[in-house]
Amino acid sequence: MMTITEKIFAAHCGRGQVSPGELVNAKVDFVLANDITAPIAIKEFSRIGAGDVFDRERVTFVPDHFAPQKDIKAAEQCRMLRDFSAGHRLKYYYEVGRMGVEHALLPEEGLVLPGDLIIGADSHTCTYGGLGAFATGVGSTDVAAAMALGELWFKVPESVKFIYYGKPGRWVGGKDIILHTIGDIGVDGALYMAMEFEGETIRDLPVYGRLTICNMAIEAGGKSGIIAPDEKTEEYVKVRAKRAYKFYSSDPDARYASVREYDASRIPLTVSCPSMPSNTKPAAELSQVKVDQVVIGSCTNGRIEDLREAARIIKGRKVNPNVRLIVIPATQLIYREAMREGLLDAFVEAEAVVSTPTCGPCLGGHMGILAKGEVALATTNRNFVGRMGHPESSVYLSGPAVAAASAVLGRIGTPDELGL
Amino acid sequence: MVFKGRVWKFGDDVDTDAIIPARYLNTSDPAELARHVMEDADSEFPKKVKAGDMIVAGKNFGCGSSREHAPIAIKAAGIQTVIAKSFARIFYRNAFNIGLPIFECPDLAENVKEGDVIEVDGDRGVIHAGGKEFQVKPIPPFMNELVAAGGLIEWTKKRLAGRK
Repeated sequence: MMTITEKIFAAHCGRGQVSPGELVNAKVDFVLANDITAPIAIKEFSRIGAGDVFDRERVTFVPDHFAPQKDIKAAEQCRMLRDFSAGHRLKYYYEVGRMGVEHALLPEEGLVLPGDLIIGADSHTCTYGGLGAFATGVGSTDVAAAMALGELWFKVPESVKFIYYGKPGRWVGGKDIILHTIGDIGVDGALYMAMEFEGETIRDLPVYGRLTICNMAIEAGGKSGIIAPDEKTEEYVKVRAKRAYKFYSSDPDARYASVREYDASRIPLTVSCPSMPSNTKPAAELSQVKVDQVVIGSCTNGRIEDLREAARIIKGRKVNPNVRLIVIPATQLIYREAMREGLLDAFVEAEAVVSTPTCGPCLGGHMGILAKGEVALATTNRNFVGRMGHPESSVYLSGPAVAAASAVLGRIGTPDELGL
Repeated sequence: MVFKGRVWKFGDDVDTDAIIPARYLNTSDPAELARHVMEDADSEFPKKVKAGDMIVAGKNFGCGSSREHAPIAIKAAGIQTVIAKSFARIFYRNAFNIGLPIFECPDLAENVKEGDVIEVDGDRGVIHAGGKEFQVKPIPPFMNELVAAGGLIEWTKKRLAGRK
């Protein structure tokens, strides 16, 4: 009687059974870091004196945060990643032109797979739970240790189950489901826990929506988010996987710290107001909020389906003259697909800008920074004070449909206000 | 390990963007990070804080990003310890891994003011403040093993040596 999370841990420490609260040393299947976190990991790794990484096919660095290199210091950091990758003959390294936002890129590349135990020096590593992996964010020193040993210590987390039933309303997607849930339980509502999402709504949800939900588990304090893999997962991974993978699922009598149920048909188009992801309101109640900038992209909502949804609303309309709309396809593949489908043309025709893949404005890095007092609506994952620029700017979070509609309206709004 | 220090107070859910804003993450130099510690929570803080000071906060301290730059900035600013009602998970791991002592103490924040001088007895797991004694939550045994080894890097060296 184990949860999917406990089964993955048991399999990775060679045990028949593990229990929540136990400290274990577990093998890791994949280790990643980005241009902000890898420099520290590289320095710490060299202090260990291990020489080689444990497996040159299972460690990768993705320069995505301040890349394309935004200034000299950022360029120096990115160069450390490239030099280390070349020096240690890492099989996978993603220079600008091949790179994308890491948590969109690695599932697309088939490097993070169902049943894996994955650590990344980036808090949104939990995204891969959408494929049925245990994946969690750690610091750079943890990554350094795992790069040397191929294993890391973990406390087996308790699991908390979130069950969704019912058909979501029009335009309501994974982002609304997770924002609504975080609004319900708070930014530490699942502290240290594995958040397991299930129910008919989740089974009906395509893989991209599942990745969006698991991406934001960290915003409720969760150690991980996870969704049991199924035929939709199989369809997604079988054409991409670069190694073998395994499906796990929770036993019917598995134990949970708590279980919560939601009627998804009653989840509205949802927006998180400044300055915590848990500060949620229905989008329809925020029509007085004017916006200066709208960002559509990120590891949360920069996938092709997100861009299609936004383009359905934008096409044939114009971005409000008081708004800057910045669209950021999360990977080069997504970029090309959006180009082929005419989505980029629709955005540019509407007077939006389309950026190269980057985390960029999500963390106030570059490519769309806010001035004092400015307001942004973004499909990103955090709206902390100063997140996208000046400490006195503010960020609202939503899914792509609300973001696109708001870019046209010049204020927070919903697609039905545009007759959609 | 017993140490005394002056208290700076912060509220609940202090996030890593407040501890060290991302605009400074184009470096990992501890001294440079320390110059901006807690800047988006209190823009004057980097000027006011002195070596030996302590941070006392509410619940979920260090939520948000995995950036190790957050505990590094705190440590490099000379702050001896952070005592909070609870910590976000990644911050908790990172603090131990880089050797910043932190303590969970549910009752302290309500009982101290900014500027108070308090005494932390890490060995006994108690804090003395305003003539009262407060219990801290015990550190998991494995974390003590890490601390005793001199941090995760030293612990990893030993483990690696044991394999050969």
